[in-house]
Amino acid sequence: MTNCPTLIVTVGLPARGKTYISKKLTRYLNWIGVPTKEFNVGQYRRECVKIYKSFEFFSPDNEEGLKIRKQCASAALNDVRQYLTDEGGQVAVFDATNTTRERRDTITRFAEQNGFKVFFVESVCEDPAVINENIVQVKLGSPDYTHCNTDEAVEDFMKRIKCYENSYQTLDEVLDRDLSYIKIIDVGRRYLVNRVQDHIQSRIVYYLMNIHITPRSIYLCRHGESDMNVKGRIGGDSGLSLRGKDFARRLGQFIQKQDISDLKVWTSQMKRTIQTAEGLNVPYEQWKALNEIDAGVCEEMMYEEIQDHHPLEFALRDQDKYRYRYPKGESYEDLVQRLEPVIMELERQENVLVICHQAVMRCLLAYFLDKSAEELPYLKCPLHTVLKLTPVAYGCKVESIFLNVDAVNTHRDRPENVEVSRMAEEALYTVPAHQ
Amino acid sequence: MSHKQTKLTQNPLQKIWVPWMSSKLSRRRGSSVPQFTNSPTMIVMVGLPARGKTYISKKLTRYLNWIGVPTKVFNVGQYRRDAVRTYKNFEFFRPDNEEAMKIRKACARSALSDVGTYFMLEHGQAAVFDATNTTRERREIILSYAKDNGYKVFFIESICDDPEIIAENIKQVKLSSPDYIDCDKEEAVADFLKRIECYKVTYVPLDDDKDSHLSYIKIFNVGSRYLVNRVQDHIQSRIVYYLMNIHVTPRTIYLCRHGESELNLVGRIGGDSGLSPRGSQFAGALGKYIKSQSIPDLKVWTSHMKRTIQTAEALGVAYEQWKALNEIDAGVCEDLTYEEIQANYPEEFALRDQDKYRYRYPKGESYEDLVQRLEPVIMELERQENVLVVCHQAVMRCLLAYFLDKSAEELPYLKCPLHTVLKLTPVAYGCKVESVSLNIEAVNTHRDRPANVEVSREPEEALLTVPDHI
Repeated sequence: MTNCPTLIVTVGLPARGKTYISKKLTRYLNWIGVPTKEFNVGQYRRECVKIYKSFEFFSPDNEEGLKIRKQCASAALNDVRQYLTDEGGQVAVFDATNTTRERRDTITRFAEQNGFKVFFVESVCEDPAVINENIVQVKLGSPDYTHCNTDEAVEDFMKRIKCYENSYQTLDEVLDRDLSYIKIIDVGRRYLVNRVQDHIQSRIVYYLMNIHITPRSIYLCRHGESDMNVKGRIGGDSGLSLRGKDFARRLGQFIQKQDISDLKVWTSQMKRTIQTAEGLNVPYEQWKALNEIDAGVCEEMMYEEIQDHHPLEFALRDQDKYRYRYPKGESYEDLVQRLEPVIMELERQENVLVICHQAVMRCLLAYFLDKSAEELPYLKCPLHTVLKLTPVAYGCKVESIFLNVDAVNTHRDRPENVEVSRMAEEALYTVPAHQ
Repeated sequence: MSHKQTKLTQNPLQKIWVPWMSSKLSRRRGSSVPQFTNSPTMIVMVGLPARGKTYISKKLTRYLNWIGVPTKVFNVGQYRRDAVRTYKNFEFFRPDNEEAMKIRKACARSALSDVGTYFMLEHGQAAVFDATNTTRERREIILSYAKDNGYKVFFIESICDDPEIIAENIKQVKLSSPDYIDCDKEEAVADFLKRIECYKVTYVPLDDDKDSHLSYIKIFNVGSRYLVNRVQDHIQSRIVYYLMNIHVTPRTIYLCRHGESELNLVGRIGGDSGLSPRGSQFAGALGKYIKSQSIPDLKVWTSHMKRTIQTAEALGVAYEQWKALNEIDAGVCEDLTYEEIQANYPEEFALRDQDKYRYRYPKGESYEDLVQRLEPVIMELERQENVLVVCHQAVMRCLLAYFLDKSAEELPYLKCPLHTVLKLTPVAYGCKVESVSLNIEAVNTHRDRPANVEVSREPEEALLTVPDHI
């Protein structure tokens, strides 16, 4: 939907969450299919100045430092130009403090010259608790402070922030009224949105207004083993096998033991996820959007039957599993579109357990773990295994918990030969065992 | 923990699985998406006259109802007109007019009381309280009322100082108001401007410090800037997103179906067939019509299905394909004639006639599902200006219902004949519709609700309203 590429420019003092926002936004945009890349100027600085000594580097009267920092910004902008113009990028996130109007004007001119739209994302926060937590979570572990102890690092970083404070020119309601931007105040308590130009900026604003940093966990799992699973058939709307029911019980016990406050439970509208949720004895919400990928004409078939009746389709799927659409069915790419509102609501929520399906879980997992379209359809999401995702620093910690109830394997790896001309055995080589 | 045998039953109409035992867990009616509202929400408008409050109220209400959130507008001006039969002049609104103040306060209270009734007795989920609400005192009354009753409150303040916008506003909706029915234009404008002055004296906008604990959005100059404070929940987040995407720039939306298809001709539903010869003719005629309309910067959208794409191809302009615009999935009934559906699935056929909006085809979709699927299309239509959407019968019904504020009951029976373009132009608080038939014959595909919808009915009764086909 985008014609001009877009340059997103972060603005804000250190430890205001700019990199957190940059990375998260980039992850989201890539997941929904908008090629996006972040350019962290601090990274360029670290490559240029191999060893970080102290906050003095950032002192406003350190001419040498200023020169290097300007060069780094230019180098980053150059790479932005290359990404957006030559490498098919659609959005670039320019992650730096960009706290002076002068720096921002330079960027705006650069964008104009190259035909890029500009959208600023400013993060303003004066809450010392938030800033401290920020420093603890991501600064202490920074390459800049590997040789410091915690107190030294915190002290230095605070002085670093001070270096920027005097020259900080926040986006101004009057002076900057012609710019497109969102100002995020106090981690989302308040937002100021100015001159949203187009669809992608509107989606970015919506996304930024729905994310939060309250600690929480997201639990992802599939329904218990189903009767279809046992027979090696895909799709359909069957109920749980005996082992699947056992899993549902164990899942209930697991959830209770985790003692999660205010847990929301979501299922699809298919029998097997609902049966699984019923075993938990807690309220749950059904989402049609969480239904398994529609395999169209291949619904309820075994892979052997698909090979038999639709060998061409079977090969095409192996060639590009992400974009391949089943005849009268869906593709993983379609699934991602359909799941976007689920992701948006997951961002709004706190503790959630999502009981879904193999392809669906792969899509959700790819979002949280920043997996590419190539990797996504091959992510391992075995039955009877709960993935516990906890946001930490700039990413997501994953814990895999197998609930000790055996189940068939439903994971089919990409076979070596994906040519249409291949033999049946070559196609069926990686089909997991079933009844 | 009890191990109750998880026996599920599938509700025959909507195909939603629910537990066999009626438990407190399943008191919510099944639908495609979780219902995220617990407490009802009061949406409270704030702003001087002629700032678009009623426009926003009506549009927002239309959108919320369409996506399945029962919403109603309570326009205090309406209550005032019912209380004071004849409007004399702006003096009624003078801040020192005690008599009038009493009446106006009573009207506000009456409207609030009706809000309560709507929530408690009529299953309302959102109420838009449309009035100026320009004083802190008035807003306190509303907040108190909401707090006492456990309602959430979300303020929408519209701030505008552009005299051109205000003048256009007055022209579009005030001149034709019942208040000014016997005035000439200049009189009405002069009086209305004095009315605005009456409010300005006591106007206290939402304050970023004093009101920092409230949830609100401030809209500046028809959307060039927004201030959003303390969004509490899902519905408020959706409201904010919607408000940030709508605009008032004049534009036209054209809706039409693909040209007549091969399957249309033989009375079959769904499928992915190509155009019939007459359908191709229509595509050509559509191209000519579009050219004749000389529409600046027209965007053309189609579904991913052959028949809409073939239609768009004939226009000779760039178009964008949306999978979300695909026709309703008729599941096991895909490619069947109504006669075949009656023969093979008589119960399904009857259930569909009983509640066509919520009925989900086995392994298919319902109109309710369609609306969820189409929501991003509507959101983008709101952002855009001139657009031609080439789609399908059920899809077009859903889109039309959004623009024309049709209920879930009416929606599945809206008439969207082949080879007819509907030209929608936003005007005042609603939408003007022009139906343009491109004069190319086509089969009728509209099946009215038959008189007998009982499962026990005879096949002839079921098939009574099936349109003719080959």
